[in-house]
Amino acid sequence: MTQPVPMVRVVSVTKSYGAFQALKDVSLDIPQGAVQCIIGPSGSGKSTLLRLLNQLECWDRGAIFIEGELLGCVPHGQKLYAMKEQGIARQRLKTGMVFQRFNLFPHMTALQNIIEGPLHVLKRRKSEAMAEAEALLARVGLWDKRDAYPSEMSGGQQQRVAIARALAMQPRLMLFDEPTSALDPELVGEVLAVMRDLAASGMTMIIVTHELGFAREAASDVAFMDGGRVIERGPPAQVLANPAMPRTRDFIAAVLS
Amino acid sequence: MTAQPRGVDDGGRPGAPDYATLAITPRRHYGRWVTAALILLALGFLVKAFAEGDIAWGVVGEFFTARAILIGLVNTIIMTVCAMALGLTLGVVLAIMYMSPNPVTSTTALFYIWIFRGTPLILQLLLWFNLALVFPTIGIPGVFEARMVDVMTPFVATLLGLGLNQGAYTAEVVRAGILSVDSGQTDAAKAIGMGRLTTLRRIVLPQAMRVIIPPVGNEVISMVKLTSIASVIQYAEILRSAQTIYYANARVIELLIVAAGWYLIVVTVLQIGQYALERRFARGFGRSAPTRTEDAR
Repeated sequence: MTQPVPMVRVVSVTKSYGAFQALKDVSLDIPQGAVQCIIGPSGSGKSTLLRLLNQLECWDRGAIFIEGELLGCVPHGQKLYAMKEQGIARQRLKTGMVFQRFNLFPHMTALQNIIEGPLHVLKRRKSEAMAEAEALLARVGLWDKRDAYPSEMSGGQQQRVAIARALAMQPRLMLFDEPTSALDPELVGEVLAVMRDLAASGMTMIIVTHELGFAREAASDVAFMDGGRVIERGPPAQVLANPAMPRTRDFIAAVLS
Repeated sequence: MTAQPRGVDDGGRPGAPDYATLAITPRRHYGRWVTAALILLALGFLVKAFAEGDIAWGVVGEFFTARAILIGLVNTIIMTVCAMALGLTLGVVLAIMYMSPNPVTSTTALFYIWIFRGTPLILQLLLWFNLALVFPTIGIPGVFEARMVDVMTPFVATLLGLGLNQGAYTAEVVRAGILSVDSGQTDAAKAIGMGRLTTLRRIVLPQAMRVIIPPVGNEVISMVKLTSIASVIQYAEILRSAQTIYYANARVIELLIVAAGWYLIVVTVLQIGQYALERRFARGFGRSAPTRTEDAR
């Protein structure tokens, strides 16, 4: 029996910002349907890894495959050539991304934010896009906020709209970059609830987070990153409760205290 | 009957003033009354001086809607619209060129801005108008050819002078507007698969407009008045029309008042339009409109 193609395969990826090495030879396989949490101290490279998966930045060497497709490059002979802008935009359609600072479009209402991509990228019909957007808003519990501007919503509501905006593009993979870090503590729960629902629906998710409780309960796998490397990974029960590496143990103790 | 307040904390002892029932009388602004009186007095003298001065107000009324003046008004408006359209288009193109990763493209934009901001407008106007001195003919060999004096009419020379100059100033304004948009917005647009041009058109420029509109509004208003310098190359805008009339009837001040009146009317209408536009592009940014500085009490 052949192995199914993993959703994400990262092969020896290295990325530097000037003299600073953000990722050092990172390799990672993430199967279809996984809920992969990535934890680690700030500057450990976890957000960088997420931005590379959505090609918001380029890496220096190594390769990334999503559902078996090489990202960002076209092989020709022995060499890889950087892809054109349109090719990268097409590849990004497979991934949805949710940002720490929400990044909703402030000049558009919740509904307009969600239909923007379907209308102007996928060239869908407006009536269809609107109907789907309203269904998505209902799914994140914000149907009554469809005509509100981002400035009129709480952080938790904005982040739920941002999740709906990403889902409207019908991605195969969802990336979450510290989705609850910018929220007031009492608003974290509503966003995590939406993410839990999404995980239960079978969506493949990669989540950079500091919410160890959420990771313990919802993740299928937890990876701990430090200094640009994946130090340790495994089921949440093992990595979070019984870490093998001293650095993981120190980090978890520091977060919980 | 409670005690009078003494301005000292009585600590709630019996006989202490009942502060719950004491209203606070607003402060009196005697200085404001004095200032207002002085200003009104000065205005009164001004009005009196103009009323008694040797100005034939009848002539002002008579020429306010004279045919030549109205044609001048229309020419001023046409020139403002055309020069601003050219300036805005050039400004957006130059701002995008300026921010291009291609060094030749960005240096070209920089050079353009340097040339047009570094020389006086009236000099540029005279240059365009007299271009026939160095290029007697214009055209693409074999396709068409024309005499420069026929092409470079006062209208074309004014349009090029005002429009190209405006482009250099607008480029800076547009660039500042684009830079004011958070980089997270571009990330979010990319993440939903948008290309660079769609992102610029749908996401970045509409937000940049909030920063761009107030200065551009001011520049439209400046442009209305700047068109008057086209009178030196015989473009028949309001001021030129007024001059033509007073060369004949010698009513200089009266016709200048007529022109001033029309400039004020056009500028007032534009200011109202600018206010409406600013409200439109402030959507979703909390404030509904820019307000005057509020002064409490």
